[in-house]
Amino acid sequence: MFESLLLVLLIGAIAWAGASMGLASLFGVVLPYAAVVVFIAGLAWRMMYWAKSPVPFAIPTTGGQEESLDFIKQDKLDCPSTKWGVFWRMVLEVLLFRSLFRNTYAEVRENDPISKGPRSIYYSSKWLWCFSLLFHYCFLLVFIRHFRFFMDPVPSCITFVESIDGIMQIGSPRFFMTGGILLAAILFLLGRRIFNQRLRYISLVNDYFPLWLILGVVVSGICLRYFDKTEIAQVKIFIMGLTHFAPVSAEHLNAMFIVHLTLVCTLLLYFPFSKLVHMPGIFFSPTRNLPNNTRRVRHVNPWNPPKQFFTYAEYEDAYRDAMADAGLPLEKQPEKAAE
Amino acid sequence: MYNAKAVIAGIVVLAVLFTSPFWMGYFGSDYTSTGVVLPKGEKSCIEDTDFMRAQHMRLLNEWRDEALRNENRIYVSAKDGKKWTISLQNTCVKCHSNYKEFCEKCHVANSVYPYCWTCHIIPTEGK
Repeated sequence: MFESLLLVLLIGAIAWAGASMGLASLFGVVLPYAAVVVFIAGLAWRMMYWAKSPVPFAIPTTGGQEESLDFIKQDKLDCPSTKWGVFWRMVLEVLLFRSLFRNTYAEVRENDPISKGPRSIYYSSKWLWCFSLLFHYCFLLVFIRHFRFFMDPVPSCITFVESIDGIMQIGSPRFFMTGGILLAAILFLLGRRIFNQRLRYISLVNDYFPLWLILGVVVSGICLRYFDKTEIAQVKIFIMGLTHFAPVSAEHLNAMFIVHLTLVCTLLLYFPFSKLVHMPGIFFSPTRNLPNNTRRVRHVNPWNPPKQFFTYAEYEDAYRDAMADAGLPLEKQPEKAAE
Repeated sequence: MYNAKAVIAGIVVLAVLFTSPFWMGYFGSDYTSTGVVLPKGEKSCIEDTDFMRAQHMRLLNEWRDEALRNENRIYVSAKDGKKWTISLQNTCVKCHSNYKEFCEKCHVANSVYPYCWTCHIIPTEGK
């Protein structure tokens, strides 16, 4: 937990020091290009790697009644038996995190009134679902909002998103709700790992690091907008220089901006090699992308070696004389085979 | 590779989506300078340029609160201690009198639409 926090702080400090020492072009130009290349190539490599891995068994998650006799109602969304059904289950999974909605929490309650002693209880827990949904959607909206720096003129749909996001008209620059909710959600996801003892026991550096890193991105972004401001017209000129492959100097930009950019680049560099690849990974998950039709369609393990068949005709050819001697019935008699 | 068609389609969609900042820029125009036209005749604003560029929105917000909520119409510049009347209409717009050539140059390009002009009159020079 603390190692990964220190690592994120160290990356931020290096970026800050680099920007102050006049290495802004290294952190502002070289790093983003490298990060984008590594991100896209890394994701493609990951997806190819997954696509090359055979699926030995049909292991779809069954969350309801499977397809059976006509008078038994099938649960088509939780136990789809067709590709179309799998598609809809995947849509709901990706957009609404349906499997997380079923999340339960187990707890041993001491002095339970029913058992007059300790008793394990299980109950539905929606907090994780709620906050991860908020986290993912707010992150998406924040990402989309940033396109005002990538495009000129800014499309009206982005302006519309911003006007809804800042509809409360708090302060100047207007407070964007997604930024605040994103911060709250990431703090919940982090707090969950720190304060839940069981979860803390199984959490590793690669669980904490992405959370601290995204927290760093969010905090530096909020800081840039509301507190330690930089001139966004210059930021846009700089970003448009990058996207048009004609980079301009980053020396005059606020060091906090370089920190924000470096943390985002770290996220891009880290993304394909971490648990964050669940973005494309969800589509490769055999428990989600296979239809539950195992009673109708035989799933052949792709790594099975080719079968060495020994047909009955070949068997009879090999043992015909012995079989005839033993008086066994034969399809071809020995005299006929000899002809 | 299993399901090669679907996987390659997925990789292509992903690559196109995540390179969108690069190719989307070519649909519009490039943005290499703000094109702000500074007011003629005046050498300096109430605070120094860097502060005004980055923090003018905070200053205006504080001015609004000072003038309307605290009835304080005097602002002392941190730059040279000069006293200014807190008024968008009479102080700021006196020099920055062309909305199209000044405010709008950065605000529209960066999709910043403050609600100044729901109460104040947009300055249009000479009209």
